[in-house]
Amino acid sequence: MKIRIRFKKEGTMKFIGHLDMMRYFQKVFRRADVDIEYSQGFSPHQLISFASPLGVGLTSEGEYMDIFVHSCDDSKTMVERINQHMVEGVSVLSFKQILDETKNSNAMSLIAAADYIVSFREGRCPDSLNEAAILQFMSLNEIVVTKKTKKSVANTDIKPMIHSLAFENGQLKMRVATGSAANLKPELLVSALYRMMGLELNEFDLCIHRLDMFAKDSQTGGFISLDDLGADISGKR
Amino acid sequence: MRKLALDDEILLKVDKPARYLGNEVNAVYKEIHEDTIRFAMAFPDVYEIGMSYLGIQIIYDMLNRRDDVYCERVYSPWTDLDAIMREKNIPLFALESQDPVKDFDFLAITIQYEMCYTNILQLIDLSHIPMFAKDRKEGDPIVIGGGPCAYNPEPLADFFDIFYIGEGETVYYELMDLYKKYRHSDMSRYSFLREAAKIEGLYVPMLYDVAYNEDGTIADFGPKYSDIPEKIKKQVVTDLSHTYYPSKPVVPFIKVTQDRVVLEIQRGCIRGCRFCQAGMVYRPNRERDVEFLKSYADQMLEASGHEEISLSSLSSSDYSKLPELIDYLIDVCSKKKVNISLPSLRIDAFSLDVMSKVQDVKKSSLTFAPEAGTQRMRNVINKGLTEEDILKGATEAFVGGWNRVKLYFMLGLPTETYEDIEGIAVLSNEIAKAFYSIPKEQRPGNGRVDIVTSTSFFVPKPFTPFQWVAQNSNEQFLDKQRFLNHKIKDQINHKSIKYNWHDVELTRLEGILARGDRKLCRVLLAAYENGCLYDSWSENFKYDMWLKAFEDTGVDPDFYTLRERSTDEILPWDFIDAGVSKQFLIREWERAKENIVTPNCRQGCSACGCKAYGGGVCYEN
Repeated sequence: MKIRIRFKKEGTMKFIGHLDMMRYFQKVFRRADVDIEYSQGFSPHQLISFASPLGVGLTSEGEYMDIFVHSCDDSKTMVERINQHMVEGVSVLSFKQILDETKNSNAMSLIAAADYIVSFREGRCPDSLNEAAILQFMSLNEIVVTKKTKKSVANTDIKPMIHSLAFENGQLKMRVATGSAANLKPELLVSALYRMMGLELNEFDLCIHRLDMFAKDSQTGGFISLDDLGADISGKR
Repeated sequence: MRKLALDDEILLKVDKPARYLGNEVNAVYKEIHEDTIRFAMAFPDVYEIGMSYLGIQIIYDMLNRRDDVYCERVYSPWTDLDAIMREKNIPLFALESQDPVKDFDFLAITIQYEMCYTNILQLIDLSHIPMFAKDRKEGDPIVIGGGPCAYNPEPLADFFDIFYIGEGETVYYELMDLYKKYRHSDMSRYSFLREAAKIEGLYVPMLYDVAYNEDGTIADFGPKYSDIPEKIKKQVVTDLSHTYYPSKPVVPFIKVTQDRVVLEIQRGCIRGCRFCQAGMVYRPNRERDVEFLKSYADQMLEASGHEEISLSSLSSSDYSKLPELIDYLIDVCSKKKVNISLPSLRIDAFSLDVMSKVQDVKKSSLTFAPEAGTQRMRNVINKGLTEEDILKGATEAFVGGWNRVKLYFMLGLPTETYEDIEGIAVLSNEIAKAFYSIPKEQRPGNGRVDIVTSTSFFVPKPFTPFQWVAQNSNEQFLDKQRFLNHKIKDQINHKSIKYNWHDVELTRLEGILARGDRKLCRVLLAAYENGCLYDSWSENFKYDMWLKAFEDTGVDPDFYTLRERSTDEILPWDFIDAGVSKQFLIREWERAKENIVTPNCRQGCSACGCKAYGGGVCYEN
């Protein structure tokens, strides 16, 4: 049975990297006695796949992983049981069944966008940042940034990757492309915005929080939360 | 959210910030009251090494069972954070509360190997505690050391208020009770230490005077006051099945060296290898009850979620209920999909059967530790393993599918000749020969055998029958190493043998510190001030800065290594009663020189002196 788990990562846990989070959850599932499926072979491992890894230093309330289980209790019981074995700063928010068990339904391959809130450390929000600046930024025809990867340096127009951007209550709220087809990191967007404003971004100025991750809704053409693709489990399975 | 001692900017800059956060599963959090005794338990190396050490987990669990004590963990900040803490004047903190160590009542440091001594100074220095015990005032933490290197605490004597000699389970509670009395009275720090020195097993170096002869040897050593004991008695847990053991081990986020449940099956060793300090000072051999171990295996796996379990002890094959324990673990672990990591076992039909059940034979290797190349040399060191045992075990293993062998030897053992060294090459070749004598079609793997022969350099250690001998010079060591390298190349099967060796400069320093005296305290401080830190990490080891420290302080390093001591010399550690008597050690040294093997504790008692502890193998029958 395929299960999607949504979880939250905050506080000191933001310093724990993605690979260590995977190891952490494997141990959580053992402690909580989740009837998870294992691979074959001499050292079997749990069948877990994480959606888009969160960078070190970021917090989130919209992280996802897909697991396979042989059996489980209802969603509410499972969420409670797993959360009894957590450390401060991580908690499971939902435990839902994914009916389509093919690879097409994997959180990892479905991801198309993510919502972020970017706030500024104390005293680090530029005075000139306001709604007008956002408007000006969003009205640019193209926003070319230099993206460095391990292999190459390339100029990319990130404009099509910004689905929305707003400045509210001293914070930036954005929906940006995420996933294997197109991926825009919030700090890259903010540094482009700063550049337009004639400012330079210091990497420690920002606190980045991921709100949720989305798939493309094939029917409406809009976005649908990965959480909403699963169904609550009502009883023991 | 929990407060952190380091801000986000620092934590995002340093490598592996998880080293400094705490918050791990099963870490203990307590409310701190006026009366809480705050105890910082430190390992003087990086988190990943320190978290792998069972001893701290035992003491952490034991002390935190008391409501009036809060034990927290401290590890050495890595060099990147070390620089930041100095620059910004950030005091060293404990992981759980993130509070500065200088506000604690105790800073306890486990001393596991000689090459961590500069890291001990780093812990004290970064804590902003006065470096020398004599300079500490009321309100400064009591700095206490323990662990295997505390059997010769003298090179560190000036930096510690107390050393705890022996196993941690016995008198810490007594010390805590005494401390409670002290803090609520007008007793001075000095009088507290005087009282502490009366607790069995505790050594307070500032209460002892040393006088030296002109040649640098010790003329006299003894307590300053008549009510302070002349001898410090090693502490031993008599019954290991009714004592503290952590059922809920702390589970790190990042990968550490021992990322698994560790079951300590026994303490001590019945073998009596004459070079081995652990085999002498952990006597008498005491086994834990197999039912105790089964129950802890279950509890610890459940509470940690670890995917691996390992057994820990010296000479694990000697644990009398090993088959029963392993059968149980195989049964439980296959259900729970938990891997079993075996300790190195004597290679025989039993261990090969077990290994084939729990490991992928194609990927695993056989380990033999003959330690010496000829039977004569093995008799000198009292290593029971014979060439026949090794070849028989190896052949059985080859037939069973193994084709990788690791061999461990030492160079520079007492009475060693070049023939003994050549024996290492010959024995390595014999093992290869045993492999190639199997018909081609029956040979495992790709039909070839991989033998890795490693040598380390012998360092004489306190409380062993070799404590009086001269260590080889660096030149001798290197010459022997080159000789062996040539001899291995001369073997018919040399293409199947890979030769690895240890660093000679590190060995020399280890030898100096192992049998050092109080004069080394100032060398140590000078080395630390010269920037020596993390000496056991080859990328950080600064040999030239150590040499400069000796030069600047006018201490001759060769005095400690190259000199053979007479058996009537007062040795710096003679005031410690480690259980094994000096007469026994002298007897063993004499027998070594005559190539005579001494039977192990189960075959017959050699009257080492440890029977006085009233437990373990001495009372088996």
